[in-house]
Amino acid sequence: MQKIYTKIESIVGNVITVRAEGVRNNDLAEITTSRGKGYANVIKLDGDIVSLQVFQGAMGVSTGDSVRFLGVPMKVSFSDNLLGRIFDGSGRPRDNGPELTENMIEIGGPSVNPSKRIMAKNMIRTGIPMIDVFNSLVESQKLPIFSVSGEPYNELLARIAMQAEVDIIVLGGMGLKYDDYLFFKDTLEKSGAISRTIMFIHTASDPTVECTLVPDLSLAVAERFALQGKKVLVLLTDMTNFCDALKETAITMEQVPSNRGYPGDLYSSLASRYEKAVSFEGAGSVTILAVTTMPGDDVTHPVPDNTGYITEGQYYLRYGHIEPFGSLSRLKQNVNKDTRNDHRALMDAMIKLYSAYKDSLEKRSMGFMMSDWDEKLLKYGEAFESRMMDLKVNIPLEDALDEGWKILAECFEPTETGLRTELIEQYWPKER
Amino acid sequence: MASVSKGHVTGVNGNMVNVRFESQVIKNEVGYIHVGDTRLKGEIIRITDGIASLQVYEMTGGIAVGDEVEFTGEMLSAELGPGLLTQVYDGLQNPLPDLAEKCGFFLERGVYLPPLPDKDWEFTPSRKAGDRVIAGDILGSVPEGMFTHQIFVPFTLQGEWTIKSIKEKGTYNVHATIAVIGNREGEERELSMAITQPVKMAIKAYDERIRPDEPMVTKVRIIDTFLPVAKGGTYCIPGPFGAGKTVLQHLTSRNAEVDIVIIAACGERAGEVVEVLKEFPELIDPKTGRSLMERTIIICNTSSMPVAAREASVYTAVTMAEYYRNMGLDVLLLADSTSRWAQAMREMSGRLEEIPGDEAFPAYLESRIAEFYERAGKVRLRDGRIGSVTIGGTVSPAGGNFEEPVTQATLKVVGAFHGLSRERSDARKYPAIDPLDSWSKYTGIIDKDEVETAYSYLRRGNEVGQMMKVVGEEGTSLDDYVLYQKGEFMDAVYLQQNSFDPVDDAVTPERQKLAFSILYDVLTASYSLEDKKDARTFFNELRQRFLDWNGTAEDDERYDERLSELKAYAQSRRVK
Repeated sequence: MQKIYTKIESIVGNVITVRAEGVRNNDLAEITTSRGKGYANVIKLDGDIVSLQVFQGAMGVSTGDSVRFLGVPMKVSFSDNLLGRIFDGSGRPRDNGPELTENMIEIGGPSVNPSKRIMAKNMIRTGIPMIDVFNSLVESQKLPIFSVSGEPYNELLARIAMQAEVDIIVLGGMGLKYDDYLFFKDTLEKSGAISRTIMFIHTASDPTVECTLVPDLSLAVAERFALQGKKVLVLLTDMTNFCDALKETAITMEQVPSNRGYPGDLYSSLASRYEKAVSFEGAGSVTILAVTTMPGDDVTHPVPDNTGYITEGQYYLRYGHIEPFGSLSRLKQNVNKDTRNDHRALMDAMIKLYSAYKDSLEKRSMGFMMSDWDEKLLKYGEAFESRMMDLKVNIPLEDALDEGWKILAECFEPTETGLRTELIEQYWPKER
Repeated sequence: MASVSKGHVTGVNGNMVNVRFESQVIKNEVGYIHVGDTRLKGEIIRITDGIASLQVYEMTGGIAVGDEVEFTGEMLSAELGPGLLTQVYDGLQNPLPDLAEKCGFFLERGVYLPPLPDKDWEFTPSRKAGDRVIAGDILGSVPEGMFTHQIFVPFTLQGEWTIKSIKEKGTYNVHATIAVIGNREGEERELSMAITQPVKMAIKAYDERIRPDEPMVTKVRIIDTFLPVAKGGTYCIPGPFGAGKTVLQHLTSRNAEVDIVIIAACGERAGEVVEVLKEFPELIDPKTGRSLMERTIIICNTSSMPVAAREASVYTAVTMAEYYRNMGLDVLLLADSTSRWAQAMREMSGRLEEIPGDEAFPAYLESRIAEFYERAGKVRLRDGRIGSVTIGGTVSPAGGNFEEPVTQATLKVVGAFHGLSRERSDARKYPAIDPLDSWSKYTGIIDKDEVETAYSYLRRGNEVGQMMKVVGEEGTSLDDYVLYQKGEFMDAVYLQQNSFDPVDDAVTPERQKLAFSILYDVLTASYSLEDKKDARTFFNELRQRFLDWNGTAEDDERYDERLSELKAYAQSRRVK
C-alpha cells in the first residue's frame, strides 16, 4: 500500500535522507538493509527531502536500501503483559519472549495540564535511612542521583526497585554496561520484584539512537499505568548517556551547539521527560528517580546543571553513601510532618550535629586541641556514618528514627542535642 | 479582515515550519497550520524569497509538506477585558481550567479557547454619543472584584473617532457591543468590553513616563531596607538552582504592596505553579481582606509545554500588566525564569541558522531583554492618575555563573540586582541574596546614609571574617573581633528572614524602621567588653533576644516586654 523508496540520497552519522512526498514529521519508517529490517523516524522535512534517524545506526546502510513510511509515529504496546518483560530501545523484546503488538500507544505524548495536577503528599518508603529520614522521596517527585562513575548507583537503584512500596517499577537503562544489565536482571529475578518490573534496556554496545528513545518508552508506559490508578516508580540510568546521545544527533544535524557541544534545547528535552512525573487526581502517580553521572565530578557540567534546574532536589551519591549535605528533597516538607512527631526535629538536630562533627574533624586534622565536646562529636559522627549513612543499613523509617535516638543517647546528654524537651521526654531511650 | 493569505508547508525542522505563501503576509502575523482536523498556531518570524518561517506554538509531529496554512492578518494578540483577574492561562492565553474541563488530564494540541469568561458585567458609561475619542480613551467602567475596571477604546485604533452611540448603564455580556464609533472617512466600528492588543506592542496611551521614586514594599527586610525596588522599576534575581529564586518570587507575589500581581511561570516546574494554584485561593490579603487570587493572574507555560509559547507567555503577561496600569493601578509582574525565555529564542535562532553569538544565544538577545524590561515604568495617565508596572525577573544562569549572556544582558537594563548565592543557601541563610554583591539604584524606606553606614559595618565585618580564616581568632584584635561580631549580628537578625515563621515572613515598613533603628544603634555603639569570649557571649545573647522579638507579633502580649528587654540588653554594656 505505502510507497517504497529505494534511493537514499545521503547518509551522515545515523541520519539518512530520501526524497519523498506526503511524509509527516515524526513518522516512523521501516528500513530494509542487508542486515535485516529496522526502524527510523522522521526528524526534519525540507521540501521533498526527508531526514530520518535510523534506530539501529546507519552503519551498513546502502544507498540502494528500501525505506517504507508507515504513516504513524513511534508507538509501544501497552498491557499487563509488559510486566516482567525486558525490551530494547526500539521496544523489541530482549528476553526471547514474544513480540507485543496489541494496544499500541504513542510515545512522547502531550504534557499534563498544570491545573489538573495535585500536590504530592504521599511518601515512598525505601528502607534507606538517608532517604526516608533525611530526604524523603515523595510520590510524583522527580529526583536525580548525582554521582560519579565507579560509585554504586546501579546497586542503589536495584535496591530501591526491590524495596520501594510501589505497584510497578519501570527501569530504563541507557548506555548500560552489559554486566550492569545482567546485574539488574539477576537481582530483580532473585528478589521476585521482576514480576512487577518492566525494563527498557539500551546497553553501551547498542545503537545510539535507541538510547534517546528509552526515557520516552519508559515514561509512556508508566503514564498509562498511572492513569489506571497504579503507583509507578520509573528508574532511569544513566541520563548523562541520554544527553550525550542527543548531542550526537544534534551535531550530525549540524545544529549550533550551545554549551560544551550540547544542543540548545537540552533543558527542554530533559524537562519534557522529567515533567512526566505527576500525581493524577483520582488515579495513580509517576515518580522518577534518575541517575546522572557528573563528568569530572563537576556539578556545573551542562547535564547535571540543567537537571538541577528541572528536578525537585537531588541526591548526591559519593564515597559509597548518600551525602547528607547538598542532597535535598524539595518535597519532603509535604510528607515528613505526618510520619511521626519527632521526624522533622530529629532530622534537623542530627544533621546539625553531623555538621558540627565535620568541623571538629577539620579542627583535629589541623592539629588543634580536642575538647570534651569535640570528643563527643567525633564519637557521634562515626556512629552516624556507620549506622545511618552506610548504604547497607536497611530499616523502616520508624526503626531508623529510634536508632537515631539511640545514637544520640549514646553520645550526648539530652540538653546538648538542641531538641525540644517534650520530644526528649517521649523518645529519649530510658536505659543504656 | 480583507485580504488574508494562504500557503502550504514546505519544510519542518523542530518547532520551525517553512511555508510558501500566496499573496502577502506580515511579519509577526499569526498563521494556523491544518494538520488533519487540528489547527496549530504559529507566528511568522522571518520572510525570505516567498517563504515564511513560522515558529509553531505546538509540537510539530504529524505536519507534512503540502499541509495547508491559513494566515490571519493579525499579530499575536492578547484579549483584554474584565474577567482577567483570578485566571490561569497558558502562554497563548488559553484558560487552563477550562481546557482541563474540555480535554481532561492532558494538554491537547490545537485546542484554543476564548480567554475571557463569557460573563455579564455591570457597565457604567462615562462618555456620551458625539464625544470624540482616540485610542486608549476611557468609555466607561465595570466593577471587577475590588477594582473599577475601565473599558478602553482599543489601543491600536488610528486617528480621531466620534462616538455614534453608547449603551446606557446596564448589564452586558463581555463581547456585546457597547458603543459604535465612526471616523471622518465614514468607517464605523463596534466596540465591546473586550479589546485585542498585539502582545509585542507596548501600550503607550498615557501622558508621560515619570521617575520611579516610590518604594514597592515587599516585606522582605533585605530588599526593602538595603536593596529596594521602586514601583515602576525593574529588578532581577539570578541564582543557581536550589538557591531559592522561586521561593523568593512566591513570597513577593504574596506580600508585595501592589494592586495586582501577574505571575509568569515561564519554562519552570509545573509543581511550583500547582502550589500557587492551591495556596492562593486560601490565603487572605491582609490589606483588602479578600483572597489573594482576586488580585492575581497566572500565566503558566511550564518547562514541558511547547517551547515557542514561552516567549509568548512573557509578552502576554506584560501586556496584561500594561493594561491594568492604564487603570491607574500598581501592577507587579514576576517572570520566572527569563533564562528559559532566552533559551527559547536561542532554540529558534538555531533553527533559522542565524549566526550565533555568545553561548549560541542570538545577537539580538540583549535588545529583546532590554525591550521587555523597558515596558515597566511609572506613568502619568491622561486624567492625571498614576499607574505603574514593576517587573521582577529571575535568571537561571548555567552553572550558577553570572558571567553568562542572559545575566549580563539583564544587569544592563534593570534598576536592582538581587544576586542569590549558593554559599548562603548552603548555609541555610535565607533569603540567600548576597548582600555585598547585590545592588539597587532605587531609594528605599530607610535613610540612605544610615543604610550606607550599616553596610560599611557588614563589609568590614566580612573582611575581618576572611582574615580570621587565615590568622585564627588568636591573631585578631578585640576591636576587629567586635566588628566581625557586629557584621554577623546584622546578618543573623536583619538580613536573614524566616519565611516559615508566621510573624517573621512578612515585615511591615514600620516594623522594619523600628528594627533598623535598634540595629543601627547596636552597630554604631561602642561596648565595654573584656575579651573575645565576652564579646561572643554578649552578641549571642543579644542575637537571641532580637530573634525572639522578630518572631513576636505586635498583638502578642509578650511583645512590649521582649522589645524593652532587647533594648535594655543592647544598652547594658554600652560605653557611656
